[in-house]
Amino acid sequence: MYAFDFHRPTTLRQAVSLLAKSEDAKLLAGGHSLIPVMKLRLASPRTLIDLSQIQELTGVELKGRSLVIGAMTRHRDVANSPIVQEAMPGLAAVPASIGDPHVRNRGTIGGSIANNDPNADYPAACLGLGATIITNKRKIPADEFFTGLFETALEPDEIITKVSFPITRKCAYEKFKHPASGFALVGVFVAKRGSEVRVAVTGAGASGVFRVPSFEEALKKRFAPKSLEGLSISPEGLASDIHASAEYRAHLVGVMARRATAKAVAYG
Amino acid sequence: MPTVSMTVNGKPVSAEVEPRTLLVQFLREHLRLTGTHVGCDTSQCGACVVHVDGVAMKSCTTFAWQVEGCHVTTIEGLAKDGKLHPMQEAFREHHGLQCGFCTPGMIMAAVEMVYRKGHDLDEKTIREELDGNLCRCTGYHNIVKAIHAGARAMRDSAGA
Ligand SMILES: Cc1cc2nc3c(=O)[nH]c(=O)nc-3n(C[C@H](O)[C@H](O)[C@H](O)COP(=O)(O)OP(=O)(O)OC[C@H]3O[C@@H](n4cnc5c(N)ncnc54)[C@H](O)[C@@H]3O)c2cc1C
Ligand code: FES
Ligand code: FES
Repeated sequence: MYAFDFHRPTTLRQAVSLLAKSEDAKLLAGGHSLIPVMKLRLASPRTLIDLSQIQELTGVELKGRSLVIGAMTRHRDVANSPIVQEAMPGLAAVPASIGDPHVRNRGTIGGSIANNDPNADYPAACLGLGATIITNKRKIPADEFFTGLFETALEPDEIITKVSFPITRKCAYEKFKHPASGFALVGVFVAKRGSEVRVAVTGAGASGVFRVPSFEEALKKRFAPKSLEGLSISPEGLASDIHASAEYRAHLVGVMARRATAKAVAYG
Repeated sequence: MPTVSMTVNGKPVSAEVEPRTLLVQFLREHLRLTGTHVGCDTSQCGACVVHVDGVAMKSCTTFAWQVEGCHVTTIEGLAKDGKLHPMQEAFREHHGLQCGFCTPGMIMAAVEMVYRKGHDLDEKTIREELDGNLCRCTGYHNIVKAIHAGARAMRDSAGA
């Protein structure tokens, strides 16, 4: 790992100004994506700005019909939050499925979303629920936030402060774990809120998380796993690697979507 | 170089280290507490797990300065007055190790598992919770047995 300097701001304001004035700086949240990448010298920031001392970035609260989660809230704390479990058990299950207990003790929702790993779980929940990603500058709809492999709409001097999820009990996540890494080989998040249905897929896309309009249309008619029977997605444009072929991933998308729908119906 | 200060196994420590110093390097190379191991250095194996303010962490994926002011417990900090911690005793009793390389991380993970999940752990829970700890020798069977027994023994020793 290359040498660097670090700062530990205690307010968002300080963090924003440090980020603006330091050359080649990176934010550090839980460090469970960034530190491994720095060890591999795939990232070599000159300055790290640690967000862990900024209290206003942590916590879970109900705000009207939304559930608002601070960017620095750890996976463990979202998974165990009685507020999240009560309002949206389908969402609480997402961080509970990430990595292992030690990773969940450190990793954060903001870090996961900013990183936008194509096999990560939170991006599917954000897209599947139509979440809003809130930064120090603006509010970004999930549909516009995830722009490609490890790419997001974030500008270099932008910090995620919160993520706001519209509440619905009819939502669930099903994940086919890669047996070694624990990441999603394919994960599908399904949600129904009023007349709106969203289906978001992680792990399968060659350019990251995506929605499946044909599944959404079918589920709008009747929100049940049966509605998806016989439907599939094309392997074209899906990821294909040593872990799984595009065809296998396409198959898993259908299976995971049906299972997630069954769960969402049960929660709702 | 910045100075980092923390409490390790009940003792206040302080040292000047480079910012890129990992917690595991700080423990092993500066404090000579070599019970905490580095198995993979890629955040997978859990040989480096220590407790920071009672929470299990992979010390190979944490910079020393990130735990400034915290209470760190390593495997060396578990035994009290020359007597093994009940979880250590259970690993010995149930033969929960072969080469022993993964053992410090396994035991630290097991003790934290009890903090989070209580003293009555079923096999499924133990196996799931061991997701972040790899063992190349045992096939896990005796590790699971040891944790099951150690969790109960921790309750008995707390009550005594
Ligand atoms: C062994 C292992 C297994 C894992 N398994 C899974 C899994 O199954 N599923 C899964 O989804 N993930 C998994 N992860 C990844 C884990 O969830 C990471 O914690 C997460 O992706 C990154 O969060 P972090 O808080 O650690 O971020 P960091 O590593 O600190 O940061 C990641 C990136 O986000 C940026 N960033 C952080 N916070 C902000 C912010 N508030 N605003 C803007 N940018 C920010 C950083 O600059 C950096 O570029 C695993 C990781 C490990 C080590
Ligand atoms: S050495 Fe830290 S997880 Fe393997
Ligand atoms: S006892 Fe050898 S690695 Fe676990």
